[in-house]
This record gives sequence, structure tokens and C-alpha cells, in this order.
Amino acid sequence: MSAVAKLKIRRGSHGGPARWEAFEVPFEPGQSVLDGLRWLRINKDPTLAMRFSCINANACKECMIQLDGETVYACTARLEPREMTLTPLPNKPIIRDLVTEIAPPSERFK
Amino acid sequence: MPSESTSIETDVLVIGSGAAGMYAAIEASRAGARVLLIDRSLIGRGGATVMAQMTVAAALGEEVPDAPRHHYDDTIAAGRGLCDEALAQLLCEEAPACIRELDAWGVGWARKGNHITATTAPGHDRARCVYVDFINTGPAVSKTLRTVMARNKDLRKAGDICIVDLVAGANGEISGAVGWHVGSGAAVTIAAKATVLATGGLTRLYRRNSASLNMGGDGYALALRAGASLIDMEFVQFFPIGHLAPRLVGMDPIMWDPFRYKLGGRLLNGRMEEFTSRYGSDEDGKYVLPRDLATYAIFKEVEAGRGSPHGGAYLSFEHCSAAALRAAFGPVIDRLAANAIDLTCMPVEVAPIAHYHMGGVIADVQMQTELPGLFAAGEVVGGANGANRLSGNAITEALVFGRRAGRSAAAHAKTIARKHLRAEDASAALDLVDNGGPNRRDLNTAAMIARLQAIMADDVGPFRTAAKLNRALAGIAALAEELGERPPHPAGASDGGFDLQRLEWFDLRNMLLVARTVAQSALARTESRGAHQREDYPQMLPSWRRHQRARLAGGTLQLSGAPAEALVS
Repeated sequence: MSAVAKLKIRRGSHGGPARWEAFEVPFEPGQSVLDGLRWLRINKDPTLAMRFSCINANACKECMIQLDGETVYACTARLEPREMTLTPLPNKPIIRDLVTEIAPPSERFK
Repeated sequence: MPSESTSIETDVLVIGSGAAGMYAAIEASRAGARVLLIDRSLIGRGGATVMAQMTVAAALGEEVPDAPRHHYDDTIAAGRGLCDEALAQLLCEEAPACIRELDAWGVGWARKGNHITATTAPGHDRARCVYVDFINTGPAVSKTLRTVMARNKDLRKAGDICIVDLVAGANGEISGAVGWHVGSGAAVTIAAKATVLATGGLTRLYRRNSASLNMGGDGYALALRAGASLIDMEFVQFFPIGHLAPRLVGMDPIMWDPFRYKLGGRLLNGRMEEFTSRYGSDEDGKYVLPRDLATYAIFKEVEAGRGSPHGGAYLSFEHCSAAALRAAFGPVIDRLAANAIDLTCMPVEVAPIAHYHMGGVIADVQMQTELPGLFAAGEVVGGANGANRLSGNAITEALVFGRRAGRSAAAHAKTIARKHLRAEDASAALDLVDNGGPNRRDLNTAAMIARLQAIMADDVGPFRTAAKLNRALAGIAALAEELGERPPHPAGASDGGFDLQRLEWFDLRNMLLVARTVAQSALARTESRGAHQREDYPQMLPSWRRHQRARLAGGTLQLSGAPAEALVS
């Protein structure tokens, strides 16, 4: 049996109740957590919300989430063949699932 | 269920916040216009600029004598006879002023002594390409422009806005745009006296690409549906040595080019043999091979069974000492080490990757499109780079065209006394935002995008045949049917934020139209030129030294030819 990463993800939208969902993602050495999340959206659940733009370059800095309680960029944090807990940033308003309001106030739609 | 709708008024609306959009916003604001800059992603973070790790071409003449006409000659030569000469001339003539303005704003161009230093990228006759070390050009340009914008309190910015359509009046004049706020799901109507499209290119249509998620060609689709024409949509530039293996995170896949500028590097096939001489260019340890030829050489080696294990070529710096690598690339060496890559003792694998689009919206040297009130800037503009873009011209055109578009849009806005967006012109787009189709939560938009990317990569890549292009067009049509005419029903009001299925539905609406335009244009061009190579029509033909215009008429794409030199009226 090939190795899998178990992603335990905190989901829910602004003002609504939070829930935990767990997914198994095929694991290949070298992959990023963002690779796993993108695989999930294509193959399991396209409703999963996350924010990213540059995909792999760590240039846009949009994919900040928490992994096991530590703030990381999903594009540079490595996927590992174990249970990994993914949560939105704790100090920003939640929009949906892993997406938080991270734009500076002057760059937001008001 | 209509969402809460917001109406905004501005003099100048700029759509897209890469370098072109930000420069346009700054310039329009300097000219006294009220400006609203919006982006589908966050301001200054999405798009291509922030990803640009390479160089910016400008004839500064600080280290070696240079003049815009030499830059122009190289641009025209690279374009394989198809450059819009007036746009190319503008690009080359105004590049030095933009580079110097960014310098004054503190971008931090790499310097030697007291002058800005430049490198020689392939296709340039001398050292002309400036950069910010280490492979930090794009982020530095983005950050600088954002900082300049922040000084101006009258320049409004709003991220997370998905534009659905431009608002066109009865006479074709553009009076603003309709979109929705991704963060809340709310509809947004923006009335603008002038609108600047700065949405970038279309690399997201391809499986392997070097740009951001939001480069899905939205500007081309917005322009087409509003009634504007596009040109040269068949010319998609593939960057020959995009990173392929081993898996590398935290670095853009085009990151090897600056290494090649500084250190050369050897391109080898799967048998560790040099091979580019078989395709008419001997590298001899230096980096001189143009992008279209390098892409061709790698594809042909792979086709002949001489590719690297993952289906590309090897790039080796094993002849360089650790000290030389460290001197050239500083902290990047550590980032490679974190990915278990040690260039002193191993090659990496590289392969062509979708990188840039030469085609786009028709605009004149004032960046005025065919539609009154609509301007364009940056990669979304077609023609300046012909059939093949010269290295280093992408950020240059973003800066030059952005600055010009901002100035033109502000001047146009001054000629309009008051807002003129008529509710009836915006109603169809608002209806699409507010009234979705049936609840289609099973619609896997993420998988549909992946399928489209596979179709485009396999059948509308750099090497094309009629059979492949027809197969692609059928696949694109099937996806369009699956997508349907209406977006998924909006989620409930309390659950409206960051609905990615809905966002991807609107993305696919644009992407499928643009994919069809690329494939259809490629099918019609029965020759090979620059980035468009037809295996069934391998010759470059003098009779095809002409642009193809594409416009939408009642849902049908119409293509027509125009001689290359007669494009600008």
C-alpha cells in the first residue's frame, strides 16, 4: 500500500459553526502541503476553500495557514506521511475553511 | 436570491494589480484622476509580476553604449516579422525612463560601482537587462509600486474582486464593469469614465506554467465579450527550461534562467550528451539559444527517446565550483539545499513550460483599444512582441504600457463630465452574479480546470497539428457544455464568502472562451512561426506575415487577417 498523508482540516465559514474533516492524500516525497490541498480539491472536494496565487514560488505569500499549530506557508511546508492538522490563521477573521482576511485594510473591498 | 449589491463610482478603473495595473493607477492618479485599482486576488500579490525572477530590458547605456533603436532591432528580430512596430518602438523608447523612475522609488536594481548593472539575455546584442538580486526582480518591482501607491490616499484599492463583464453602451463605449466580491459574494457595479485592462496573460490554461493561479486570460475574454478584437492569439510562449525534477518547493519553475545568464550551464539530453547543435545552435557553454529554438530542441530529443527520466532535458552546473555558485546565487543555494539539490554534483531536469502570451487585445500607442473608454496595458496587449517575445521585455512592457495607459485613461476621463453607466447595460452581468442556475454543488470545477489544462498542454502546446487542434476544440466545447450558461447557485447569505466553485465557474467561463480562441487561431495559421509551430506546416511562409484578428459575433469567433505592417491605423 502506498503512503498517504492524513489531512485533518478545520472547516466552516464566517459566523457559522466549525467542523473537522479528515482526508487522505497520496504522499510522494518532496511534495508541499499545498500540493496535497490542490489534489484534494480536484479529486475529493472542490468546495474546500483555501487562498493561494503563485502556486509554488513563495512569492505571493497568500497561502499562510497553521500546520499543527504553527504558522506556515502551505507552498513550502512539506507534506508528510502522517496525520497533519490544518487550521486557518488564529489571529485573522475567518472567511471560509482555511481562508482568512489577510489583506491590509487599505487594500480591502469596503 | 439577489445578493447585497454595491455601486462604486470612479474616474479611472484599473483591473489587475501587477506592474502594468499598478503603474497605470499611479500615473492616472498623478494626472489628477480618482482611481480604483481592483484585483481578482490580493493587491500586488497575484499575477505575473511578483513571479518574475529574471530581468528587465532597457537601453540605459550605463555600462556599454546603447540606444533604444538597438533594443528595438533585437525586439523586431525576435518577433519573427510580426511585431507591431509602433508598440515595439514605444516599449524600447520609454523603457529607460521607467527603469530610472523605479530606481528613484527605491526598487534596488543591482549595481556595480555607481551605475545600474545589466546582463546579456539571449537575443540581445549587448548587456541590457537589469535585475534585482538575488532572483528578486518581480517581488521588488511589486513591492515598490505598492509602496508608491500607499502614499496616495486618493488611490483606492480593493482585492478579491472577480470581474464578470465590462459594461458596454449602445455605441460600444465602455462605462465600467460588473463583478462580485469573492470575500462576501456580494455583487459590485463600478461606474468608470475610463477603464484599464491590466489582467495579464493566459498561462493558467496550461498544465505546467510559470505564472499565478489568476492568469486565466480573463482580460482577453472580457474584451472579446465587450466587442473588442484580439490579435495573434496562437502565439503562446513556452519557456524552455522550466524546472521539472526533482520536486522543488518555494521557488518559481523559471528560476534557472538567471543562473544561465551568470554561469552558462550545460543543457544535456538523457544520455548526458549536448544536443542543441543538432538543432542549429551550438551553445559552447554560453547561453545564447533563443526560447523557441530551445523549446523545439528539447521536445525533439524527448520525442526521439533521448529525454531525461521525467521527460525533459538535464541542466548541469557541475562544471562550476561551489564558490562560483555561491558568489552568483548567494542564499538561493541554501534554498536549493533545503530541497536536497546540490548543483556541484548533480544536474536538474528541465522542460518547456507555458510562460507568456504574445497575442492579446488590440491597442494603439496611447493604449487605446478599439472600444472608447477602454485602455489596455501589459501582457494583455497584443502585438508588441510579435511571434516570439525577446527575453526581458515582459516587465518592460508592463511598466511602459502601464504608465502610458494610466495617462491616457486619466485624459479620457477628463473629457467626460459625469458618470454614464446605464443600468440596462449592466443588467445581464448583474443577473449572472445574482441569479445562479440550479444548485450544482456536484460540479467539480477544480477537476474541469485540470482537464482543460491537460487538453491545452497535450494538443495546443508549442507543436501543433490540425488533428491535435481539432481534438482540442472538441474537448473545449464539451467542457463548455458541462459548464453551462449559469453559475452554481449562490450559497446562502451567511455562507457566501470565498466560494471557490463559484469563482472557478466564472474563471472557466473566461478560460474556455480564450482556449477556443487560441486553438482556433492556431488551426487557421497554416505555417510555423516563432512560438507557433505546426508539424503539418513546418515552413515559415512570407504570405503568412500577417496578424490574425479574432472577434466574437453572436457567440461565434470570427478570424480575419491583416498585414503585419498595416495593423496600426
